[in-house]
Amino acid sequence: MVLTDVGAGLTWNLVDDVRQLFQFGFMVNALEAGTVVAVMAAVIGWFMVVRRQSFAGHTIAVVGFPGAAGATLVGVSALYGYFAFCVAAAVLISAVPHSRGKAFSQENAVTGTVQTFLLALGFLFVSLYRGNLNGINSLLFGNFLGITRGQVLTLLLVALGALGVLGVISRPLLFASIDPDVAAARGVPVRGMSLLFLVLLGLAAAEASQITGALLVFALLVMPAATAQRLTPRPLLGGAIAVALGLAVTWIGLAVAYFSPYPIGFWVTTLAFGAYVAAALFTRSTTGTGRAVGVRA
Amino acid sequence: MGSRSDDVLRLTGAAVRVGGRTLWAGVDLSVGVGEFVAVLGPNGVGKSTLVKVVLGLLPVSAGTVTVFDDRPGQHNQRIGYLPQRRSFEPSLRVRGIDIVRLGISGDRFGIPLPITRRARQRRRVEEERISEVIDLVDASALVDRPIGELSGGEQQRILIAQALVRRPSLLLLDEPLDSLDLPNQSAVAALVSTICRQAEVSVVMVAHDVNPILSYLDRVVYIAEGGVAAGTPHEVITSETLSRLYRTPIEVLTTTDGRLVVVGHPEAPAHHADRHRGAGHGPH
Repeated sequence: MVLTDVGAGLTWNLVDDVRQLFQFGFMVNALEAGTVVAVMAAVIGWFMVVRRQSFAGHTIAVVGFPGAAGATLVGVSALYGYFAFCVAAAVLISAVPHSRGKAFSQENAVTGTVQTFLLALGFLFVSLYRGNLNGINSLLFGNFLGITRGQVLTLLLVALGALGVLGVISRPLLFASIDPDVAAARGVPVRGMSLLFLVLLGLAAAEASQITGALLVFALLVMPAATAQRLTPRPLLGGAIAVALGLAVTWIGLAVAYFSPYPIGFWVTTLAFGAYVAAALFTRSTTGTGRAVGVRA
Repeated sequence: MGSRSDDVLRLTGAAVRVGGRTLWAGVDLSVGVGEFVAVLGPNGVGKSTLVKVVLGLLPVSAGTVTVFDDRPGQHNQRIGYLPQRRSFEPSLRVRGIDIVRLGISGDRFGIPLPITRRARQRRRVEEERISEVIDLVDASALVDRPIGELSGGEQQRILIAQALVRRPSLLLLDEPLDSLDLPNQSAVAALVSTICRQAEVSVVMVAHDVNPILSYLDRVVYIAEGGVAAGTPHEVITSETLSRLYRTPIEVLTTTDGRLVVVGHPEAPAHHADRHRGAGHGPH
């Protein structure tokens, strides 16, 4: 009943349903954009979780909302608003005084205050725009409709650039994240790594906002990475698992959102949350027995 | 490069000012190849600052410092460094072996996948070295577990392996025994001494309690508010010298097997009782 309401016909024939997904240009664009974003967010998210900078990631994403709303207001693509505001927020955050080479590892009342103000500012921009009342929902909670070829290309180029930089700095960044004092003594530019990573995080948060909205970026930025870290402590394997999970939740989320009347942000987040809970239950049961064996040995 | 000498590290009349206050002055110290030297003194007198000076992270305000016959900071790749009080958060999901590996390639930029044949060969040599140091600190059963799940003593062994992985000529250990229980303190002290003798690595260890390492030391530097004293343990660790430095009565006793024990140490009030408990199975 619900399905006929939205006009999309779920046939329960897998081949037909998948063919249906690729039938429309907007859906192909959404799948391509989702793929790019899922890979980038999972890899950068893995480092964010190791660095314990989830709060910084969240702040950056929230700051993206007034950026996107303001861009829409002045008639530019919301994507550019996300990029501009998220990267600016990342640079500002890295200027906040911090300890141990890790910018912004703890909560801070000033940030909370500024963050709330920026949310309100975004709300104002959306009200001023008046055009599409639905706009605020898609900016905050995600929307896969209306992604253009040009935007897919932009997302791809930014992701390739960011992942290339991350690959080159991966070992010094990991060193500086885990052990800043020793890394500094070994000549790793710890503060430079911190700034560079926050900019990459800003780019990833901006890209993820395009799919999940500013408030649900953690579905792609934190959840796959946190799930992967519960499953394995190996860095390369962990990154690969995070990417696989990010892709799975994005693809399935897009497909389900296409056939159901409920929003993409909800589906992607719910799937990612389900994966995290499953991994938590699984690792709890296995480490439980592991400890028991360790005690006996 | 100045004139060559056997000394790995030499301080002559060195002084340090931090925030307009002179922390210590008149420090004369030389550390030879394969020597085990302790920097002792109460908390807050600038023992870690001395380590930073040796690494070239802080300048001296007077006197000279040479490290491998050069200015400090010029040869840090030959120094293995363990900073103070590093325990990893329990939730950190990175394996011990990855921590050791960072010691060898953590400062290297570039995609971390060996693509060329030369890179694969280098990776093989490095992996061999990594398993060598892991065996040396007897941590092969630990390195596949997340570092945050290990005990303080186990983490310390992994960190020592990390500091050793590039075959340093000088190890700087800042309070490595801090926050370890007594059996672990003796075990880590014995391990460091073995490394020092076998691999001819010079060791400078910062400590505020001398007893666990006393029997291994070639030389000590005492920094206290009352001044600085340096020399062999038998020259420096005397009731008169320590009482003068700490400005409080301190007794140095000699046990029947010839070891020195410092009693009345202002920094370790609970240690006296612990010592008796641990005396039966201490290292001999």
